[in-house]
Amino acid sequence: MALILASVNSAHTGFEVFWFVIIAILWSGYFVLEGFDFGVGIMLGVVARDDLDRRVLINTIGPVWDGNEVWLLVAGGATFAAFPNWYATLFSGFYLPLFLILAALIFRGVAFEFRSKRALGAWRVAWDHAIFWGSLIPALLWGVAFANILRGVPIGANFAYLGSFFNLLNPYSLLGGVTTLLLFSLHGAVFASLKTTDDLQARAARAAKFLAPAATLAIVAFLAWTYVNAHHTHNTGLVPPLVPILTIASIAVVGWLLRERLNGWAFVATAVGLICLVATIFLNLYPRVMVSSISPAYDLTIGNAASAPYTLKVMTIVALIFTPLVLLYQGWSYWVFRGRLSRPAQRGTEPGAPGPVEPVPTAASDNSPLTESGAS
Amino acid sequence: MTLDFSRWQFGITTVFHFMFVPLTIGLALLLAIMQTAAYRTRGDGERHEKWDLMTRFWRRLFLINFAIGVVTGIVQEFQFGMNWSVYSRYVGSVFGAPLAVEALLAFFLESTFLGIWIFGKGRVSARVHLASIWIVSVGTMLSALFILAANAWMQHPVGYKVVGNRAVMTNFWAVMTNSTLIGSFLHVLFSALVTSTMLILGVSAWHLLKDRRAGHAPQQVFATSAKVALVVGTVAIVATMFFGDNQARTMERQQPMKMAAAEAIYNTQNGASFSLLTIGDLSGNPIFQIRLPHMLSVLADNNWDGSVQGINQIQAQEVAKYGPGNYKPILWVTYWTFRIMVGCGILMLLLLAAGLWLMRRRRMEQSAWFLRVCPFAIALPFIANTTGWIFTEMGRQPWVVYGLLKTSQAVSHIGTGYVVTTLVGFTAIYSVLAAIDFGLMARFARGEGETDEHDDQPESGSGDDRVPALVY
Repeated sequence: MALILASVNSAHTGFEVFWFVIIAILWSGYFVLEGFDFGVGIMLGVVARDDLDRRVLINTIGPVWDGNEVWLLVAGGATFAAFPNWYATLFSGFYLPLFLILAALIFRGVAFEFRSKRALGAWRVAWDHAIFWGSLIPALLWGVAFANILRGVPIGANFAYLGSFFNLLNPYSLLGGVTTLLLFSLHGAVFASLKTTDDLQARAARAAKFLAPAATLAIVAFLAWTYVNAHHTHNTGLVPPLVPILTIASIAVVGWLLRERLNGWAFVATAVGLICLVATIFLNLYPRVMVSSISPAYDLTIGNAASAPYTLKVMTIVALIFTPLVLLYQGWSYWVFRGRLSRPAQRGTEPGAPGPVEPVPTAASDNSPLTESGAS
Repeated sequence: MTLDFSRWQFGITTVFHFMFVPLTIGLALLLAIMQTAAYRTRGDGERHEKWDLMTRFWRRLFLINFAIGVVTGIVQEFQFGMNWSVYSRYVGSVFGAPLAVEALLAFFLESTFLGIWIFGKGRVSARVHLASIWIVSVGTMLSALFILAANAWMQHPVGYKVVGNRAVMTNFWAVMTNSTLIGSFLHVLFSALVTSTMLILGVSAWHLLKDRRAGHAPQQVFATSAKVALVVGTVAIVATMFFGDNQARTMERQQPMKMAAAEAIYNTQNGASFSLLTIGDLSGNPIFQIRLPHMLSVLADNNWDGSVQGINQIQAQEVAKYGPGNYKPILWVTYWTFRIMVGCGILMLLLLAAGLWLMRRRRMEQSAWFLRVCPFAIALPFIANTTGWIFTEMGRQPWVVYGLLKTSQAVSHIGTGYVVTTLVGFTAIYSVLAAIDFGLMARFARGEGETDEHDDQPESGSGDDRVPALVY
């Protein structure tokens, strides 16, 4: 942020830079918060052995996932209001990937609410699939999308996207997708290890240890490639390369922290890594918001994509008043739900405190492909 | 073709979203009221239990419904950019602002405090738990206010100037106090209350009828629910009609074509009558009509002999103002959606008034005809909400922003194949969701739902008070 503010050049107003930073912060918040609930959704198919395990995992994010997703909606709304041309080109250009993300988020969102509404085995297995794929697909596609924004897509005159769906599938952006997928999975596995107990906790910690080197490898490869691209286009956003190095360092240290059983610090490290990743992307972009692969003249920048100064001013006032309030109560809700969750005692084993669980027919849950595909 | 498919997609996804939203808004407020009653009677065993049971019963339906409202709302946030990118560039400075503010102010409130409300029992005090549902309710209303502010600007643009090829906001306060917004916000808010009361009434009636047939005493939970619904519903339907009427007058001033199209009135008239039913061809030759004399003039102008402009005259005015073109919406759509909306409203008013009368005479729980009709009447508010939106949006055509930008100019330049893919995709996804939602709602409304939801038990009691019960 300091780097961005330091490099404000006279062509851009303070409000434009401010909103560029705000949108970067919103995406950082989204990656950190929904990042771990995507990861927990993916862990449903990796570390859970039965219906009860899956319920415990879902309940670790139950009270907060919806609030986490609002960071995305605010990022979308803020982009619309502050940079209408960015909003319009990005979402009409990345039309089909965005549709896939939306479809995934739809099924995932209702799955949390609906899966507990019937005890039927097949019903639950279906919604477990919705949560697993509904977490995995956006975790992958957000990486693909941001890599493409950075790499450049065919944008012509008048901000028109001239490419097709297949322009978005290229090795660099797919590497970006794999990187976010691995990072979110790691982030979620660490979160799960912090919020559960006993066997489930042990399996989540093991999954995190397994994911940590893979995520490190991916982030090193992705940022190295990004650096080469940036150098190629003479972009100075990555120089000095402090933030990307911090990104790599944060993720690289996770494996060691996990071995030392410092899981709380491991979570801090994955969170810092994700924030630094978003910062790297936005620093590399600045002052552009979308890169044209046709000509730098067609790049979308914070100047030509911006809304009217009056709108930015009004939005700034609203944001300055309400954002601290939002952070305060969202933080408080995390405090309320800070405890770990365990598998509850079975019904009737605790006199006077009937177990809350109506066990699902085990035959059905044992048949769950999600359990069988477990990698732990 | 991209235009047509995009319009169908927007229509389908928005109408579907709006099937769930009014119920969310209305039920949140009613649940807040019920939980407040439960809280205030907490020293009074029997009465407390009744209100507590009521809260827990309706809460299940609320949460099923809320989930779909939320996920279909995500699509709305991005759809403008996806399919209406020209529109987005043109209006972003004005229209984007209330959308962003809605997400920041309303969505965070709703989602965070809903989490507290669902999962927080036993972890926060009873007062905070009660406050959380009130905050959710306020969040849903704020959300309605901001999104309707954005919509009101499309109906009646204010607080802007056109600079180059886009509209630029000059006065946010003007956008938020748009005369169109005040009428539409209150109309939608009260119709949301009507929607939730009709659901509560219908479901309660079904249970009361079952009790009556089985020769049981009526269950207090449902008798009281029905009474709450009757009182709140009657007030709300009258208010909905009042603000609807208020909107009609605003519309006659601001969008005369929409009013004329609602009535299919072709030529300017003084003391215009309101047609209840017209069968005829749409070139203006009615074959059969039932009309209420002077009613339209009264509706639109508050004046027995007031002048109501005709479609032909407005068409000529708009051609003079905006250049050649067809400025008429699809008349059979506006004419019939308006009538169906008003008709459903009148039926609901009659039913609620009859229920209130039965309630006063203490015969409501025993009235077989009334209890039999109410479950079917659940459909009425949903039909009215849907036709109301179709009317107000299609009545604005060919404009997307009245007088500024036509819908045909607003669409993204994307391949038809892409739009067909997402049109089919969204329609399929939403159909599946609708079927599942309807099934679940019916199950839980009948009281047959099995659930792990554990809202009414203390902590799991394993000795460690940091180990709470699983809710989902």
